[in-house]
Amino acid sequence: MTALVLAEHDNQKLSDVTAKTVTAALAVSSDVHVLIAGANCGELANEATKLAGAAKILVADDPRYAHGLAEPLAALILSLAAPYEAILAPATTHGKNILPRVAAKLDVPQISDIIAVETPDIFLRPIYAGNAIERIEAAGLKKIITVRPAAFKPVETNAGASIEAITPVSDPEISTFVSEELSHSDRPELTAARIVVSGGRGLGSKENFSLIESIADKLGAGVGASRAAVDAGFVPNEFQVGQTGKIVAPELYIAIGISGAIQHLAGMKDSKLVVAINKDENAPIFSIADFGLVGDLFEVLPELERALEQGGKPS
Amino acid sequence: MKVLVPVKRVIDFNVAVRVKTDGSGVDLSNVKMSINPFDEIAVEEALRLKEAGKAEEVIAVSIGPKECTETIRTALAMGADRGILILCEHGLEPLTVAKVLKEVCAEESPGLVIMGKQAIDDDCNQTGQMLAALLDWPQGTFASKVELTEERITVTREVDGGLQTVDLKLPAIVTTDLRLNEPRYASLPNIMKARKKPIDEKTIADYGIDPMPRLKVLKVTEPPKRRAGMRVDSAATLVEKLREAGVI
Repeated sequence: MTALVLAEHDNQKLSDVTAKTVTAALAVSSDVHVLIAGANCGELANEATKLAGAAKILVADDPRYAHGLAEPLAALILSLAAPYEAILAPATTHGKNILPRVAAKLDVPQISDIIAVETPDIFLRPIYAGNAIERIEAAGLKKIITVRPAAFKPVETNAGASIEAITPVSDPEISTFVSEELSHSDRPELTAARIVVSGGRGLGSKENFSLIESIADKLGAGVGASRAAVDAGFVPNEFQVGQTGKIVAPELYIAIGISGAIQHLAGMKDSKLVVAINKDENAPIFSIADFGLVGDLFEVLPELERALEQGGKPS
Repeated sequence: MKVLVPVKRVIDFNVAVRVKTDGSGVDLSNVKMSINPFDEIAVEEALRLKEAGKAEEVIAVSIGPKECTETIRTALAMGADRGILILCEHGLEPLTVAKVLKEVCAEESPGLVIMGKQAIDDDCNQTGQMLAALLDWPQGTFASKVELTEERITVTREVDGGLQTVDLKLPAIVTTDLRLNEPRYASLPNIMKARKKPIDEKTIADYGIDPMPRLKVLKVTEPPKRRAGMRVDSAATLVEKLREAGVI
């Protein structure tokens, strides 16, 4: 039996979440196909053939798929859905936007944001901002699944998949792309970074947030933020880590000036090592931190930067 | 134009969640319940459209037990015009909710449905997209800004890479993200007024929709607990510890 994985990309490069979703798909089905839908995305197909475990790469290269709009993409997936026992997408804003449309049209319930595949029919997923874990069974149903990328390792690379061109299907023509403002940064992608440094309300201003960026650059880290920092306009929305923002699980998460609301913890508590720096010694973030440093961040951060510069191996 | 706003009754976002010892679910007895915060943002946005003269009526609909009346009253106290309560004792899957809402849309013919992008209990993030699919309507999910004209709506969406703006043909579904607006507090006079606003009561059976879930919840457990580690007294010690741990 075969599973279909919806690849995520920007028409130039595959996002690492694709390889992680393939890992989950291989736990559901022995055979996995990957669908790349985009515009001028032919190069990506070659890249995708290297995903270990993917037998076939389906490519729908057409202007109507250029911006990942849900309406034409769901129509495309539906045109391909029949032979697959499972359809998976990463639980990113892209996958979350499209897959429920597919599930509804197929009249099957969707399983959102899985963190483990126990058997091809049984899945674990967090509910209540990760304060409870639900073990659910989907026996006898086509599996429509979004996968939490932070919970799965990417598949290795090796060559082997074949490529098949897919004929586009007609666009329902009820939605059009207007514009996008995407952030471009040389820093590692937040959800893929080995180290994440996040700042919160404690930073006090947009200008002060550069202190976080400066520490991050010393460590080669991705930059995140709490909801409070985003709401206050210190950084744009794509920096938000939390229940409804990005879910990260890096090897090291450094929370600076973040008190630790449950909604924030939901986005980072699976990090391997957590460091908290906060002036309030009773801040909830300390209750989950492996290393806690109580202090005024405006004094601590320059010291931290100096300490990082001195000795040790460069990162 | 009518705007339909589905509202869900959920555990209040400030309440600490306790998993039942028998693993059957989360303990909801004697805990504070509130309107799902994303739905509250949806109500606010609908009211702003009405106040801007772009919508005539705002209807709040909730599906669930009798207590959902309170959730609808919250929306009415904020300023919604009337409510629809669809009684159902079962916990419903998002697809079932979408099917019921589709029937409500057939009865009410709204020009726009605004709803939360996810409920903070099951964290599914499905219902709006599913409703859009069942109706063959376009969707603007994770909205941080909406602009309504006669026949179309422009929605700015919070996506992983930043912001994306799409233009949708009406009728359409919009799901709200956190920064779409800041919901108003209901004033005391408006809370009093809301008590007199009509709430139409139906049952899920009236729509001929099977409420039984198709996914089986085998068990609900607590996640592994993280414990507090150690306190360090300086940045230098912290860096030393992190080097020892081999993470930097």
